[in-house]
Amino acid sequence: MSGIEWKKVSGELLILSLVEARPRHGYELSQLIEQRSGGAVRFYVASLYPLLYRLENRGWIQGRWVEKNGQRRRRYYRLTAQGRRVLAAQRRGWQVFVEAINRITEVEHA
Amino acid sequence: MPEKNRSQEPEAGSQKTDSSTTPDWRHEVSRRIAPLKLAPAREAEIVEELVQHLEDRYRELVSSGETEEEALGLALAELKGEGLLERGLRRVEKDAPREAVVLGADGGGGKRLLLASVWQDVRYGLRELRRNPGFTLIATFTLALGIGATAAIFSVVDGVLLKPLPYPHSEQLVATWLTAPGLNIKDLNPSPFIYFTLRDQNRSFEDLGLYTGVSRNITGHGEPEHVAGLDVTSGLLRTLGVRAMLGRPFTESDDEPGSPDTVMLTYGYWRRRFGGDRAVVGKTIIVDGSLRQIVGILPQNFSFGGPDLALIVPLQLDRAKTLLGNFSFDGIARLKPGVTIAEADADVARLVPVMLRSFAPPPGYTTKMFEDARIGPNLRPLRQDVVGDVGDVLWVLMGGIVLVLLIACANIANLLLVRAEGRRQELAIRSALGASQGRIAAQMLLEGFLLALLSSGLGLVLADVAVRALVAMAPTDLPRLNEIGMDGAVVLFTLVVSLFVTLLVGSMPVLKYAGASLGAGLREGGRSMTEGRGRHRSRATLVTVQVALALVLLVSSGLMIRTFRSLARVDPGFAAPSEVQTFRVDIPETQVKDPVQVVQVEQEILQKIGALPGVSSAGFSLSIPMDGNQWSDSVFAKDHNYAPEELPLHRYKFVAPGFFKTMGSPLIVGHDFTWGDMYNKAPVAIVSERLAREYWHDPGNAVGQQIRSSRKDDWREVIGVVGDVHDDGVDKPAPSSVYWPILVHFGGIDTMVTRWGAVSIRGPRAGSESFMNEVREVVSSVNPDLPLADVHTLGYYERTSMARTSFTLVMLALAGGMALLLGIVGLYGVISYSVSQRTHEIGIRATLGAQQSDILKLIVGQGFKLTLAGVTVGLAAALALTRFLSSLLFGVKATDPMTFIAVSLVLTGVALLACYIPARRAAKVDPMAALRYE
Repeated sequence: MSGIEWKKVSGELLILSLVEARPRHGYELSQLIEQRSGGAVRFYVASLYPLLYRLENRGWIQGRWVEKNGQRRRRYYRLTAQGRRVLAAQRRGWQVFVEAINRITEVEHA
Repeated sequence: MPEKNRSQEPEAGSQKTDSSTTPDWRHEVSRRIAPLKLAPAREAEIVEELVQHLEDRYRELVSSGETEEEALGLALAELKGEGLLERGLRRVEKDAPREAVVLGADGGGGKRLLLASVWQDVRYGLRELRRNPGFTLIATFTLALGIGATAAIFSVVDGVLLKPLPYPHSEQLVATWLTAPGLNIKDLNPSPFIYFTLRDQNRSFEDLGLYTGVSRNITGHGEPEHVAGLDVTSGLLRTLGVRAMLGRPFTESDDEPGSPDTVMLTYGYWRRRFGGDRAVVGKTIIVDGSLRQIVGILPQNFSFGGPDLALIVPLQLDRAKTLLGNFSFDGIARLKPGVTIAEADADVARLVPVMLRSFAPPPGYTTKMFEDARIGPNLRPLRQDVVGDVGDVLWVLMGGIVLVLLIACANIANLLLVRAEGRRQELAIRSALGASQGRIAAQMLLEGFLLALLSSGLGLVLADVAVRALVAMAPTDLPRLNEIGMDGAVVLFTLVVSLFVTLLVGSMPVLKYAGASLGAGLREGGRSMTEGRGRHRSRATLVTVQVALALVLLVSSGLMIRTFRSLARVDPGFAAPSEVQTFRVDIPETQVKDPVQVVQVEQEILQKIGALPGVSSAGFSLSIPMDGNQWSDSVFAKDHNYAPEELPLHRYKFVAPGFFKTMGSPLIVGHDFTWGDMYNKAPVAIVSERLAREYWHDPGNAVGQQIRSSRKDDWREVIGVVGDVHDDGVDKPAPSSVYWPILVHFGGIDTMVTRWGAVSIRGPRAGSESFMNEVREVVSSVNPDLPLADVHTLGYYERTSMARTSFTLVMLALAGGMALLLGIVGLYGVISYSVSQRTHEIGIRATLGAQQSDILKLIVGQGFKLTLAGVTVGLAAALALTRFLSSLLFGVKATDPMTFIAVSLVLTGVALLACYIPARRAAKVDPMAALRYE
């Protein structure tokens, strides 16, 4: 896996993981990523939405305009069945990748 | 979506939600993605989503303490310069077009996507309908009523007028009528000599048959029974293409005189009398006192000769004994393929001289007399013969019900218009978000379609119920009654009607609101204001149309009511018909051979019935007034001269003493027959007032005059004149009639006795079952083998003669009632809505000193104008349309001013009442509350 690819995959993995439990809208996603990473990871509008639309095009997530009482309507993204399978595969891949990195870095430190 | 509208959106959107210092996010985003040249809908969607994000971000930054400039910079940084967003989106958006997720947005290419968007619209439409259950319920029911009623009447029109007759290649079937201009007879019945000639020498027919209706007595199996039968030549079944369901059909050998007596039963009679026993074929039954072998059972769908037909018997015509004349049969033929009626007519015309040469004239006639009759062909499609003139009534009803449907449509279109009015903002936003006009129009049509679909489903159910009711209440002379029902054609028709309703109802709001004025809707921003004139005008037009259509229907029912009243005012020539019980009885030769004994039996029956409690009188006659048994023949007066070939035709009646008293027909001069007149075959007769006036100008001159039934008959003395009886129905003139005794010697040759006749009994218990049971016992005590038939009161015959009028009246009155209700509801709705829209204006008027009465006048006046317009248009339409009713009217002209004026006044009155209710509400408006309402 080349560097670009894992970066891409990790972005996908973050989004898929965050919409697994319930549908979320774009701003919420960007905030969650920023908060949970302690500000270490940030998605800007210019990269977040192209990513969301790509995932949607692949049929992994599905966006829907939802109107909640009194508020402006927002586009909520939810995980599709296909997205769920992709998420499971990517999680396993990510774990293998992280363990590999850990082993490498542990050896260095030892 | 036109370019110019889209350019307005950013302004409108941002102005609405943000303060004046808010940066123009929409512009920033649009500018960056513009080079992608995305589909407008998709672009709008992306802009909306991203702008929201930026706004959220900006607000959060400001609320967490950043200055507005800092917040602006940080939020803008999200867009990362100029090219990144565009590049990121370009890769993604170049993939296949996306599914339209925004309602009302263009889905773009791809069949799957189109379907998906249609499905989305359907779901959206259903949700809209569910959200307004009251509206949905009212609209569905109104339309269902209209559609159901239309479908029901159509099923009758289809069953009676449109559907081919239930025989293979029924279009080839013709009724073999002839014509005799020399005798002034338009429709001359076929006769045996014509039948034989055509059968043997025609070039145009595949086959042909002759038949005649004969009623038959069935005895031997329990209760004696009098049933309807047909005497037929074997060609009849072959011509129709009917096979036996069991056993065999008649063959030519059955037609031979002297061959064994056979009979075929109809399916219905076989089930009723023999319980559908298949072993009955080959067995014998007693028909009119003689044994006949059952050779076959007719199929269930055999409907020739009416629904009550029980059996058919071979008509055994003897060619050797056939003479000219005897035009008393009916005939049908099947044209050879490709032969037209005109060609067949020419073929028959060619054979007329042949047939006149081939047979001898009856005694007292010459061949020349038949030549002078100028017999000619007059073939016509069998269907036309079966259906007759009932088309007039049915098309009038169909027209009426279509008017009701139109009114219902106008009502619903109005409701939809009001609803669309309330959704202008929503539509404007959807349009702003990139939904094309086409898509919005499709959505609106779809809502109409969903309504129409719901309504037609319900309508079909209603129609099914209505058809059953119609068939039950339809006049019994309505032909093909058993062929009426819901079938594929009716369902198809209903679908077409629904489609029409969809377009009519759905297109109104589409035309009004899916058009170019949407930008205005957005700018108005839903502020409540007195609505634009244009929008009010379309609803006002619809109401005007409704009132006009309702007026047409009400005038039509008004004319029918006048017709009915005119008919009721006609003196039928008999009195209190509901107190006269009648039934038919037959004394066949096999039971009583001697004519005098027949009269004795009849007298005994009358005397015993006359002794029953409550019976004031009893009579016997060949026929009952208005029962359809018409016999016309010549009557010559001694003091008149006649041309050699002249046939002075008058109605013949044969009656026993007491008949006139029982009917309540007054004897104007002279006296009734006596039983002595019967037994002595006295040369006496009674004539109707009209005949007396025609011959001798005054009834007083008639008594003592001499008349006879033919040029060779003995002269008979007129002993009385009786009041005219409308024998053909109250809407027809009373025929000039002669009443002969039930036992006569016509021409001094044969003794004629009335064996098959009707007993009439006057008494208050007429029509009750217990009374008829006593009567049956009496008849049975005289002779246990006499079957009773056609048990009805005289009132029944009178009602039946008016059945078509009352049927039309009831149907038109129903349609008129529905039209009135729908029209008034429509008017009320429009005025009511207009009042609710004008609350503010009314408040201002009240503040400026308008009195309640002024406001009442204002609102009622608005409704009055609409009503007046509707009535004016309706009067013009009614003037043009009621002439289609002419053939159904009696005693009233199609343009009867009374009816037109009365209906207009009533309609206007009811309409004003409908306006008064909302007007009163308006007048009671508290000016301050009305002004605050804003």
